[in-house]
Amino acid sequence: MAYSEKVIDHYTHPRNVGTLDKSSTKVGTGLVGAPECGDVMRLQIEVDENHMITDAKFKTFGCGSAIASSSLATEWLKGKSIDDAMKIDNMDIVEELALPPVKIHCSVLAEDAIKAAINDYRVKNGLEALESAKSHH
Amino acid sequence: MDLPIYLDNNATTPMDPRVLDAMLPYFNAKFGNAASRNHAFGWAAEEGVDYAREQVAKLIGANEKEIIFTSGATESDNLAIKGVFEMYKDKGNHIITCVTEHKAVIDACKHVEKLGGEVTYLGVKSDGLIDLADLEAAMTEKTILVAIMYGNNEIGVIQPIREISAIAHKHGALFMTDAVQAVGKIPVDVNADGIDLMAFTGHKMYGPKGVGALYVRRKNPRVKVTAQMDGGGHERGMRSGTLNVPGIVGLGKAAEICRLEMDEEAKRLSKLRDKLQVELTVLEESYVNGNTDHRLPHVANISFKYVEGEGLMMAMKDLAVSSGSACTSASLEPSYVLKSLGLSDDLAHSSIRFGLGRFTTDEEVDFAIKQTLKAVNHLRDLSPLWEMFKEGIDLDKIEWAEH
Repeated sequence: MAYSEKVIDHYTHPRNVGTLDKSSTKVGTGLVGAPECGDVMRLQIEVDENHMITDAKFKTFGCGSAIASSSLATEWLKGKSIDDAMKIDNMDIVEELALPPVKIHCSVLAEDAIKAAINDYRVKNGLEALESAKSHH
Repeated sequence: MDLPIYLDNNATTPMDPRVLDAMLPYFNAKFGNAASRNHAFGWAAEEGVDYAREQVAKLIGANEKEIIFTSGATESDNLAIKGVFEMYKDKGNHIITCVTEHKAVIDACKHVEKLGGEVTYLGVKSDGLIDLADLEAAMTEKTILVAIMYGNNEIGVIQPIREISAIAHKHGALFMTDAVQAVGKIPVDVNADGIDLMAFTGHKMYGPKGVGALYVRRKNPRVKVTAQMDGGGHERGMRSGTLNVPGIVGLGKAAEICRLEMDEEAKRLSKLRDKLQVELTVLEESYVNGNTDHRLPHVANISFKYVEGEGLMMAMKDLAVSSGSACTSASLEPSYVLKSLGLSDDLAHSSIRFGLGRFTTDEEVDFAIKQTLKAVNHLRDLSPLWEMFKEGIDLDKIEWAEH
């Protein structure tokens, strides 16, 4: 199976790899997936007082499509409000990266990671957690 | 040095140019049907087949009458298992095999179960070898066949074939082995090893695809299999179908080259393989899978913990290797062979198989080492699991959301 150019680009030059201080109240962390399943994503956002995402970082254990999905997610998150970020749908990622059907779960995982990070931030800051995690598989 | 570098010789081997040269006349000038007994075209083809049969027999210490040509090892495995079950069903219905066998053996056994057979699937120890005591304990009066592979395709471990065949024979059962990865790579002798039936194929020994063989013992004991393909009664009635003359000639030539060059080649490849293994296991948290004392000379299967195999292979973009990762299989399950060694799923996901071959050079191995080291380090920089490991977090204690 050949990878799309965009997957290869994100995989070869991943954007926003790194770690934010997860103990900071401004930082939301989402850790999703499981090592036994072959993919784990950790996605972090830093949010300002206006609930705008100012920074996003990721680290991913997984295949090229999983790495590309999380790299793309961090790009999309920066500059968005947490409410708008909540609207990112896995199918947007599928479309942007031209993921084949067997790799759709990578995009679902990225969406889960985004929602988990936002909810972590919300709970830390006294907001209620929103409906998260698409059920998948 | 040309890129990409082929290090997947357990999947298939490139054809030796000498084999191609031997085959070419049989596509045109000597196109005859080997079963045409009454004219020169048939005789020429038959002569090619007869010579190939001798070449193949010689490689494994057999008589040429004991070689049945097939379309490949999958057919040979099927013919051996289903054919023995049908032929000997009055004697018993029990077959013993093991969980790390190739699917061609496992699924043929599953088929036999549907026909009323009973099959025992022996587990393996953490080094990939079967426990002889388990085999001994599994033997019953109804056991007609023990089918255990010679060398494993994923991890390269070599089973204790002589001990296994001795146990089978002691209990009056036949011994069959899928020797696809072993024949032509290490010395295999059907008499010294006590083999009654053996499957192997051309394309794993620098010969063509689409041709293989089943060795069927003729003496002590005389073994018979029920044909699974009905037709003109070729191959002593055990495998009907017009012979694939160019393929068979190629298999013969490939066998001859292996017989003459195997010792030197094995020495050279095991040296290169060891170098690769030593230099890659310098990396922290890297593990060689399977027994390293009883192993084919050209294979190394290594898990690089905290990186995922498919992602890793993408970074090793100039290397053609394979992985036990789920993402690389159609089933989305990690390798059943690695899991049967007791490897956790995450280590199975992190495995890479390096399969060296006749045309692998020192320069290529050096390049492969460099690119693999770089790729593993790159992916570990991206891996949250690696970061957590480095922080001393016990990953087993985290409640992962299974998906």
